Amino acid sequence: MGHKTPLFAQHQAMNGKIVDFGGWDMPVNYGSQIEEHKQVRADAGMFDVSHMTIVDITGPDAEAYLRRLLANDVTRITSISGKALYSGMLNEAGGVIDDLIVYNMDGWFRTVVNCATREKDLAWMGQQAKSFDITITEQPELAIIAVQGPNAIAKAQTAMNEEQAAAAQAVKVFQGQTVGDWFIARTGYTGEDGLEIMLPAAEAGEFWLALNQNGVTPCGLAARDTLRLEAGMNLYGNDMDETVSPLAANMGWTIAWEPADRDFIGRQAIAEQKATGDQQKLVGLVMEAKGVLRSHQKVIVEGTDEPGEITSGTFSPTLGYSIALARVPNTVGATAQVEIRNKRVDVKVVKPSFVRMGESQL
Amino acid sequence: MSELRSELKYLTSHEWARVEEDGTVTIGITDHAQDSLGDVVYVECPDVGSSVSAGEEAGVVESVKAASDIYSPVSGEVISVNGALEDAPETINESPYDDGWFFKVKPSDLSELENALDSDGYLAACEDE
Repeated sequence: MGHKTPLFAQHQAMNGKIVDFGGWDMPVNYGSQIEEHKQVRADAGMFDVSHMTIVDITGPDAEAYLRRLLANDVTRITSISGKALYSGMLNEAGGVIDDLIVYNMDGWFRTVVNCATREKDLAWMGQQAKSFDITITEQPELAIIAVQGPNAIAKAQTAMNEEQAAAAQAVKVFQGQTVGDWFIARTGYTGEDGLEIMLPAAEAGEFWLALNQNGVTPCGLAARDTLRLEAGMNLYGNDMDETVSPLAANMGWTIAWEPADRDFIGRQAIAEQKATGDQQKLVGLVMEAKGVLRSHQKVIVEGTDEPGEITSGTFSPTLGYSIALARVPNTVGATAQVEIRNKRVDVKVVKPSFVRMGESQL
Repeated sequence: MSELRSELKYLTSHEWARVEEDGTVTIGITDHAQDSLGDVVYVECPDVGSSVSAGEEAGVVESVKAASDIYSPVSGEVISVNGALEDAPETINESPYDDGWFFKVKPSDLSELENALDSDGYLAACEDE
């Protein structure tokens, strides 16, 4: 038996199909992942993401510590209360230990890291803290519920008290607001508008049921994966890991090179990689023929013997055909081929963003 | 546990076979298989007129989650395939033993099915997985 989130009983009551996910017993779907996916694109869905790890960084050196720890620069968010920043946490060789979100909590910072990487993240964060006056505090007693979709905020408000609903109405994109012991953030992993709400575990079950009564569809991890892939968002462990440079994982935009004297971990290694410019790059693939692209399938790029590889592949419920993220030689053109069961199939090469706000980006 | 039907024969690779009154054999995947695969989005059936061999690959079913080969429980000639699955592959999720059948075979040796499992044997095999 794995770890259980505070919503485990609700998942069982709603016929969630429970699977092991990084040591947690989580719902993969509640019937049809495609129906759940479509609900998020068209209306509103909710996800239990309480398995993710919340780590708060407090103390006088919190900002200086995160400026060393993260490839993105938290000074970018310190002037706006509640502002969020996406960043990689790199090792000295420039490999990605994890990707995370950090929120400016006014005088301290809240990070949310992946569940499968929890132990190594906490070990690394602790190890790097030695010369800083900070405290690292995990918050396992908080649940996280993501409510996503074009009607997500409106429907979530009906399940909230007046003060919470006002914050949900006011909160700006990629920012969060604290209301008592709740933190309501306008972030997500689906490419739709919506909220990620961190709240005490004891209140999570009641809120989940209230959301459902107000027409928010429970969605499992399977729909979460197809939604994030359509949105072109990376999944740690699939699309990047410690052996992969952020430059080869479409994370170049998350590296704050300026100011030049900010010595974040991994800077030297990725600066050298950038100078040589020969990294592979992460692109989107589209296959309109029948079939489904899968991770680890080989990608053949014209003009080079260097193979590429699919890092995440799926059937896109919104588009009706298969899409993938693939790491390929950076000479790739507008088309490539993928080996599927010993056959070569033509695919289009696109920017790694397929669907946003319900609309095809292709 | 998922639905089983006593009149069917099963393979441990999760196909079912039904011997029809005219001696032909209809083949599909089990309720347990469709539930494990999740939403089916694509089916590759064998060509009508082609021959299939017992225990050999005869097609592919792909869900959002995974691709899975379909093995034929009997040898023989494929006499028909379920064309409706091309536009409505989700039929396999909705009706794995009826509308979601894959293909029909005119068997060359019906005794091959004696090696297949009955529903109790298949249930035991699933529980051992």
